[in-house]
Amino acid sequence: MGWKIIKTIGSGLGLTVYTATASAAWEVNLTPGVTDVSRSVFDLHMTIFWICVAIALVVFGVMFWSIFHHRKSRGAKAHHFHENTMVEVIWTIIPIIILVAMAVPATATLVQMYDTSEAELDVQITGYQWKWRYDYLDHELNFFSNLSTPRDQISNEADKQEHYLLEVDRHLVLPVETKIRFLLTSNDVIHSWWVPALAVKKDAIPGFINEAWTVINEPGIYRGQCAELCGKDHGFMPVVIEAVSKDDFNQWLADARVAEQAEAAAAERVWTLDELMQQGEQVYLRACAACHLPNGAGVPGAFPALKGSAVALGDVAAHIDIVLNGKSGTAMQAFRDQLSATELAAVITYERNAWGNSLGEAVSPAQIARLLTPSTGEAEQ
Amino acid sequence: MSAHGRLVRRLVLGSVLMFGFGFALVPLYDVFCEVTGLNGKITNTGPVAISAMDTSRQIKVRLIAVHNEGMPWDFGPMDGVIRAHPGEMKQTAFMATNPTGRRMVAQAIPSVAPAEAAQYLHKVNCFCFEQQALMAGESVEMPLLFVIDKKLPEHIRSLTLSYTLFDISPEVSSAVLAEKEQRL
Amino acid sequence: MSTLDTTLHADAHEHHGPAKGMGRWLFTTNHKDIGSMYLWFSLLMFFVGGCMALMIRAELFQPGLQLIEPGFFNQMTTMHGLIMVFGAVMPAFVGLANWMVPMMIGAPDMALPRMNNWSFWILPFAFAMLISTLFMEGGAPNFGWTFYAPLSTTYAPPSVTYFIFAIHMMGISSIMGAINIIATILNMRAPGMTMMKLPLFCWTWLITAFLLIAVMPVLAGVVTMMLMDIHFGTSFFDAGGGGDPVLFQHVFWFFGHPEVYIMILPAFGIISQIIPTFARKRLFGYASMVYATASIAVLSFLVWAHHMFTVGIPLAGELFFMYATMLIAVPTGVKVFNWVATMFRGSMTFETPMLFALAFVVLFTIGGFSGLMLAIAPVDFQYHDTYFVVAHFHYVLVPGAIFSIMAGVYYWLPKWTGHMLDERMGKLHFWLSFIGVNITFFPMHFIGLAGMPRRIPDYALQFADFNMVASIGAFLFGLSQLIFLWNVIACVRGGRKAEARAWEGAEGLEWEIPSPAPYHTFATPPQLPESLR
Repeated sequence: MGWKIIKTIGSGLGLTVYTATASAAWEVNLTPGVTDVSRSVFDLHMTIFWICVAIALVVFGVMFWSIFHHRKSRGAKAHHFHENTMVEVIWTIIPIIILVAMAVPATATLVQMYDTSEAELDVQITGYQWKWRYDYLDHELNFFSNLSTPRDQISNEADKQEHYLLEVDRHLVLPVETKIRFLLTSNDVIHSWWVPALAVKKDAIPGFINEAWTVINEPGIYRGQCAELCGKDHGFMPVVIEAVSKDDFNQWLADARVAEQAEAAAAERVWTLDELMQQGEQVYLRACAACHLPNGAGVPGAFPALKGSAVALGDVAAHIDIVLNGKSGTAMQAFRDQLSATELAAVITYERNAWGNSLGEAVSPAQIARLLTPSTGEAEQ
Repeated sequence: MSAHGRLVRRLVLGSVLMFGFGFALVPLYDVFCEVTGLNGKITNTGPVAISAMDTSRQIKVRLIAVHNEGMPWDFGPMDGVIRAHPGEMKQTAFMATNPTGRRMVAQAIPSVAPAEAAQYLHKVNCFCFEQQALMAGESVEMPLLFVIDKKLPEHIRSLTLSYTLFDISPEVSSAVLAEKEQRL
Repeated sequence: MSTLDTTLHADAHEHHGPAKGMGRWLFTTNHKDIGSMYLWFSLLMFFVGGCMALMIRAELFQPGLQLIEPGFFNQMTTMHGLIMVFGAVMPAFVGLANWMVPMMIGAPDMALPRMNNWSFWILPFAFAMLISTLFMEGGAPNFGWTFYAPLSTTYAPPSVTYFIFAIHMMGISSIMGAINIIATILNMRAPGMTMMKLPLFCWTWLITAFLLIAVMPVLAGVVTMMLMDIHFGTSFFDAGGGGDPVLFQHVFWFFGHPEVYIMILPAFGIISQIIPTFARKRLFGYASMVYATASIAVLSFLVWAHHMFTVGIPLAGELFFMYATMLIAVPTGVKVFNWVATMFRGSMTFETPMLFALAFVVLFTIGGFSGLMLAIAPVDFQYHDTYFVVAHFHYVLVPGAIFSIMAGVYYWLPKWTGHMLDERMGKLHFWLSFIGVNITFFPMHFIGLAGMPRRIPDYALQFADFNMVASIGAFLFGLSQLIFLWNVIACVRGGRKAEARAWEGAEGLEWEIPSPAPYHTFATPPQLPESLR
C-alpha cells in the first residue's frame, strides 16, 4: 500500500507532464470531453493553467532568489528602498493586460454555451431526492434513472465494481451529432446536473426552468453526478448518458415503447404473494430504502419507520393512497408517476409483509392500474 | 467620550440600515428581475393592445408541466409545442385532475427559459394567477392566453414556458376550500 | 524614552492589576485579557472543527461507507464549515486585534471596554447552542455552511431554528467587535500617528471592520427571512408561494463574498507586519498596500454571483461577474508583488513566524491562481461544486488565514508572555504543518478536475488514490497542531526571557513597551519612536 501511495504522489507531481494523453490524464486533469464546447472549455482551462504557471515561476523565482541570496547569514545588508511608482504602475498594468487576454476567449466560449436555439431534441430533466427523471418531450417517453450500485458494495460487504456509484438502472440515451436541449427543473430541492464529458453543469431549481444544450460528437457512455448538495443521498444520484447513432436512437425509442406496453400487460395478469414480495424487495431497496432504511426502521425525527407502523399495518386503501399520492408538507413523494402499477403493488405488498409486518395479503397490480387511470375510474363517481 | 458616542451611534445606525438593506434586497431583486429577466419570472400580465403581428418569424414555444414534491395531480399541457408569430395572440390550456380521495389546493408557478425571454412573454390570462382547488377526482381545463412581444430579440427563436404545480393544501386556510365546496 | 515612561506607569498602577479568580475573566474589560480569551476560544473551536474535518477525511479514506452515515456526514461538513469560519478564524482575528491594535496605535485600551467584554462572552453561548444541535432529534444542520434554501427551510431538520439563533448571536458579537475596532482606530491613535502611519495590521482590520458592519447585518437578514419562512408562513425563498430559492443565494453571497475577504484582509495585515521585521527592511509600497486593500474591499461587493455561475444567470450577468472577479486579481497581485519586493535585497532570517509568513505568500498565491481559474465562467461550469473548489478555498483559508494567525501568534507571543519560543519546536510545527497542508489539499485539485463533486460521503473508484493521500495528509496536519498547543503552553509557562524588542528588525509601538506587556499600557499617550516619525 505504501508503494501505491508513493506511486500516486508521483503521478500527481507528473500532472503537468502528461496532460495531453487523455486516458491517463482523466485521473488528474479535466476531461477534454466529446463536444466542441467541452473542447474549447478544456483549451481555455489549459491556457489559464499555463499562464498561472508562468506567473508563478516569475514571482516565486524572484522570491526564492531573494531568500537564497539576501539572507542575513550570507552577510546580506538590507537596502533601504521602499517605494517606486514606476515599478508599481508596471505591475498593475501587466496583470490587467494578461486578464484582458484571458477574458477574450472566455467570453467567446461563454457566448457559444448560451446559444440554445434550434435544438432538434428536447429533453426535460427533473431532479428528485435522489434520482433523475428524464422526459423525451417530443416522444412521449419518460422514466426515472436510479443508482444501480448494490447496497452491499456501498457497505463494503461485496467487491466494488468498475463503475461503482456511477451506474444507473436506465441510461439517458441520446443521439450523436444532434443538437439536444436540456430543460432542467426540480421536484424538491436544488440539484445540479453535471456531465463532465459534455461540459454541461446546470442547476435544477424547484419552480424554475433552466436550459443547456450539447451536441455529442462521439458515441459512448459518459458519466457524471449531482453537483449541488441536495440532502442525505446527494452522493448517490449519478448521471449516465449513452450516446448512440441516430438510427440506434430511433430503434431504442421504438423498443422502449414496446417494453412499456409489455409492462402494462404484465399488470393485468395474476401475481402470487411470493412474486410480489420478491419484486417488492427490489423496488423497496431502490425507491424507499434511502429514507425508510432497508430494515424499515426509518430515521427518528426525519423519516418514519414502516416496521410495525400504523400505515403499513392499517387500512390498505390508506396505505395505497399515501404511496401513490404522497403526503402534503412532508418528504413523502407521490410515487404514482415514478413506479409502474406492478412495482407499486409489489412494494406495498412488501411493506405489509416484511420485517415482521405479516398481514399475508397481496395488493394486486391490476387494482393499482385502475387507480392510476382516474379519468376512466373514480373521476365519474 | 463624546467622540466615541457619535461614531458608535453612526456605526450602529449603519448596521441597522444594512439589516434593512438585506430585506430591501427582496423587492430590489424583483425589480431587477423584471428589468433584466434575471430569473425567468413572468411579470407582464393583464390585457394588452393588439397590434399587427410580425409574420417574418415564428417562435417555437414549448409548454411543460412539472410536479413539485408530493403533488399527485395529473397535470399536463394540451399542446406540447405552439408556434407563434410575435404579436400573435395564442390560446391553449393545461389539464389537471385530482386523482386522490381528498380536496386539494394547488398553485402553478410559471417560469420561462431562456430567462432573457421572460419579459417579452405577455400573459393576458393565466390559471397561474389564482390558486386552483379541486375536489377528489375532479378535473379542470385551465386556460392560458398569451402574446409574444414583437420586441423579442432576434436571436431567441424558441422559448420554454414551464408550470410547476405546488401542493399548497396545508398552507391554505380551509376558507378557500369551503368557498369551493359552496360553489359546487 | 517612551519605554521608560510606560514602565514607570505600569509600576505606579500596580494596584490596577488583574483581579483574582474567575471574576477576572468574566468581568474583565482589559483588552489583553479579552484578546487572550478570544484566542483561546478560537483555538478550542479550531480543534473542535478540526476533529470534524478528521471525521470527514476518515470516512473518505476509502470508497464505501465505513464510519459514518451520509446524513451525519452532511452534518459534519456543515458544522466543520460553520465552526471554522465563525468560531476559529474570525474570533482569532478579533483576538489579535484586541491584543495588538491598542498597543500598535498607543491607546490604553479599546474604545468601548465593556462592550468588548460582552461581544466576547456572547460567543461561547452561540457556539454551545450550535454544537448542542448535534444531540437533537433529527440531528444538526445538514445543509452545508452555505445553507441554500429550500434544503435549509422546507427540508431542514428541526434544529435549524437553533442554528438561526446561533448565527444571530455570532453576528451581534462580530458587529460589536467591529464597532469597537473602528472606534479605537479612528479615535484613539497616539498624537502624530496619522492614518498613513498606521501599521498595516490596523489598516486591514479597519477595512475589515467596515466590511463586517456592512455584511453581517445582511446575514442576519437572510437567516431572519429563513426563520419567517419556516415558522411564520412567509415565502421569501419558497417558489410555491411566489418566492425564489435563487434569491436566497443572491442575498447569502452578498454577505458571503465580503465574508471571504473578512477572513483574509487581517491576514494580509499580519503578513505585512512580519515580512519587514525579518527582512529588516521597510514594507515596500505601503500606500499601494492600503489602496489595494481598500479596492479589494470595494470589489468584494460586486462579485458575489461568481459563486452562482451555474444557476442560470443570463449571459450579460455572467460576463459582468466574470470580469469583475478577474479584476480582483490586480490588487491582490499588487500585494504579493509588494511582499516579494520587501524581501528583495533585504537581510533575511527565518524564525518560525517568518517561515509561516513565507509559506503564506506561496500557498495563498497558489490559492489565488485557482481562484483566477474559477473566475473564468465557462470553465467554472466544470469546476463548480467539485473538489477543485474545495482545494481552492482551503488553500486560501488554511495556509492563508490559519497560517497567518499562527505566524501572528508566534510573532507576538514574546510580547504577550515575556518568553521566547523554543525555535526548534516552532520549526517542527511549521514543517509538519506545511507538509501536511500540501499533502491534504494539493491532491484535491486533481480529484476535483477528475470530476469528484464536493460534499459527498462516498465516491467512485477513480478518485480513491488521491482521497487516501489527502486523508493521510489531513491526519498529519491535524496532529501536528498539538505541537502548536504545546508551543503556546510552553511559551506561557517559561522560556528564554524576551526583550522589549523581541525580534531584531521589529518596528512599531508595540515593541517599545516591555515584554511581557504590562497589564496597562500607554495610560498616557506615547511619543512616536524615531522610525515612525
